[in-house]
Amino acid sequence: MVYLDANATEPLRPEAHAALVAALAVTGNPASVHGAGRAARRLLEDAREQLATRFGAAPADVVFTSGGTEADALAIHALGRDRQLIVGATEHEAVRSAALSANVLPVDRDGVADLDALARLLEAGGPALVCLMLANNETGTLQPVAEAAALCRRHGALLHVDAVQAAGRMPVDLRSLGAHALAVSSHKLGGPAGAGALLLAPEVSALAPLIAGGGQERGRRGGTPPVATIAGFAAAAATAGDASPLAALRDRAERAAIEAGAVLCGAHAARLPNTTSLALPGVRADAQVIALDLAGVAVSAGAACSSGKVATSHVLTAMGLGPLAGQAIRVSLPWNATAADVDAFAAAYARMADRLRPALARPAA
Amino acid sequence: MRYVVAMSGGVDSSVVAGLLRDAGHEVIGVTLQLYDHGAATGRKGACCAGQDIHDARRVADRLGIPHYVIDAETRFAQAVIADFADTYAAGETPVPCVRCNQTVKFADLTALARDLGADRLATGHYVRRVDGPDGPELHRAVDPARDQSWFLFATTRDQLASCAFPLGSMPDKRAVRAVADRLGLGVAEKPDSQDICFVPAGSYMDVVGKLRPDALAPGEIVDAAGAVLGRHEGIARYTVGQGKRLGPAAQLGGQKQVVLATDPKTRRVVIGPRAAGTDVVRLREVNWLVPPPAVPLRCAVKLRARDALHPAAVVATGDGAVVRLDAPALPAPGQACVFYDGERVLGGGFICRPDGG
Repeated sequence: MVYLDANATEPLRPEAHAALVAALAVTGNPASVHGAGRAARRLLEDAREQLATRFGAAPADVVFTSGGTEADALAIHALGRDRQLIVGATEHEAVRSAALSANVLPVDRDGVADLDALARLLEAGGPALVCLMLANNETGTLQPVAEAAALCRRHGALLHVDAVQAAGRMPVDLRSLGAHALAVSSHKLGGPAGAGALLLAPEVSALAPLIAGGGQERGRRGGTPPVATIAGFAAAAATAGDASPLAALRDRAERAAIEAGAVLCGAHAARLPNTTSLALPGVRADAQVIALDLAGVAVSAGAACSSGKVATSHVLTAMGLGPLAGQAIRVSLPWNATAADVDAFAAAYARMADRLRPALARPAA
Repeated sequence: MRYVVAMSGGVDSSVVAGLLRDAGHEVIGVTLQLYDHGAATGRKGACCAGQDIHDARRVADRLGIPHYVIDAETRFAQAVIADFADTYAAGETPVPCVRCNQTVKFADLTALARDLGADRLATGHYVRRVDGPDGPELHRAVDPARDQSWFLFATTRDQLASCAFPLGSMPDKRAVRAVADRLGLGVAEKPDSQDICFVPAGSYMDVVGKLRPDALAPGEIVDAAGAVLGRHEGIARYTVGQGKRLGPAAQLGGQKQVVLATDPKTRRVVIGPRAAGTDVVRLREVNWLVPPPAVPLRCAVKLRARDALHPAAVVATGDGAVVRLDAPALPAPGQACVFYDGERVLGGGFICRPDGG
């Protein structure tokens, strides 16, 4: 199988695998007083320091969570209290569902947030929490987060950044971005699934928990942390950081798809080097994903519900792509993608497009 | 061969997938998500997919076949649910299962199967495809208690050519459950599905009322001469031949009364003695599985899903047909009238209102 769905989950990096397996051998709860507890605590705090360094926060301002979704939810619930919420139109469901009564910040045809609109929203309303992702999961489009942060600080607003797709693929630094909170996830950068972190600016670091439990994570997230998973997370983050070598492969995949009739979504924006969103006009996205899967190529489309059905992409809809929003697949190259993978994709895509494109007259369901 | 199997999560289509896989075919499982299950059952925050979709995926896992969920919500809402309410509002009695088979299942899924390079679309319907001298024929299932041929009359000859119905020759449902058990599919004990799938809880009148409140507007119950005998709470609650919900008018002059017609314009329900009836039935949207007969064709017709066969003669008229019954009956407009020659389905159509509406 050719795996080109890294934005769903990255393959486990060998460094993460080694750290995970080694840490599994350590018995102990980091909250315990005894030597076994201290051994586990050391692993946990080593990981915290590594991640803090990697993503530009103080170790004390790193809160471990179960993943990116929880990190987003924690930030929005804690920092959004008594503030109006302003959420980018192309944010991930993890943010959207935690910020139900939010003002939506529109994006342009390439998926880039409209900062003039942000300025107007900030001027019009009271104190705000703004949520703007660093890189979009479907298109890879990068948002002007540093500019948004400066704007937020001028208006006394807070900025939460979902950096789940960016972390491990491009430089991510909370301090230099000037944001107040930043969510990262282990398995999106080649670590094991089951861990994530919320990194905080010092002025908002003492936030209220979603789960109080036994007061772990300085009272910000109760529950015994999964030490081995977190060790794997830190090892992956230490290894990952720059996906730019994938850009050449990604461009090759894009060219092949465009040759076969695809339209590139978000073509004019700065994007993650590993991600491309390819619409095949007139062909349902789910049929494309299924046909490619049957040909041994794993890609995805839109937002997958727990039922597994493919829904129309709210991201591409917000970009004003109309029917194309239901006709696009996402190809996201993993850290270990090869030229052979891209060639296999190109061949499978061409065959798929050749077979499905005459079906234009089929009613779209 | 490569088969796409339409898997509902129930025992029948699960067994179809298992039988085809065991016969050495390449099997791709597909489940249609037809409506928002969470919303339909009124459970806030519930998943859009019901338990059946999860069951279908687990069966596919056990069989080791790929499985996909297809979003058909928009199409189903238009072609089946809206049609359901509109048909009631037009003074007719819909058959949503026929509409679903006609559109979402056989039209769209055969197209999907073709797109995926499959040779056949297989379903768990209890009908038989028999390959005769002039191409594939649709026949009743071996088990008369399970036969679903009435619901599949609108399957076109083209669609039939790309379909397979492995359960049509099963002796009975027990045999199907035994296969499910033998294959360890985990659904052998699942109860049969009931009623209309998109109203799993509550009354289907709620669905009609939401889409076509006019179909639930009150009106008069009258006799054939127009004399008012009572009141009703919406023509959608009545179907031709029905004896319930008539109040004191249910018995008149010692004779049991039934609905003879509903009129969407006057919102009247017309009743009369059961003995009343018609021997001429006009049909629309007729699907022929034999060459359309220009001269009356002797056959037996079925006017309701669970109804006896009526001897009749049928003649094609454009895209419709006229059926002359040997003995009068009470056909309900909107229902299907299906023509049989013994075991074989010759065609069928939807029953028109006598006023031509």
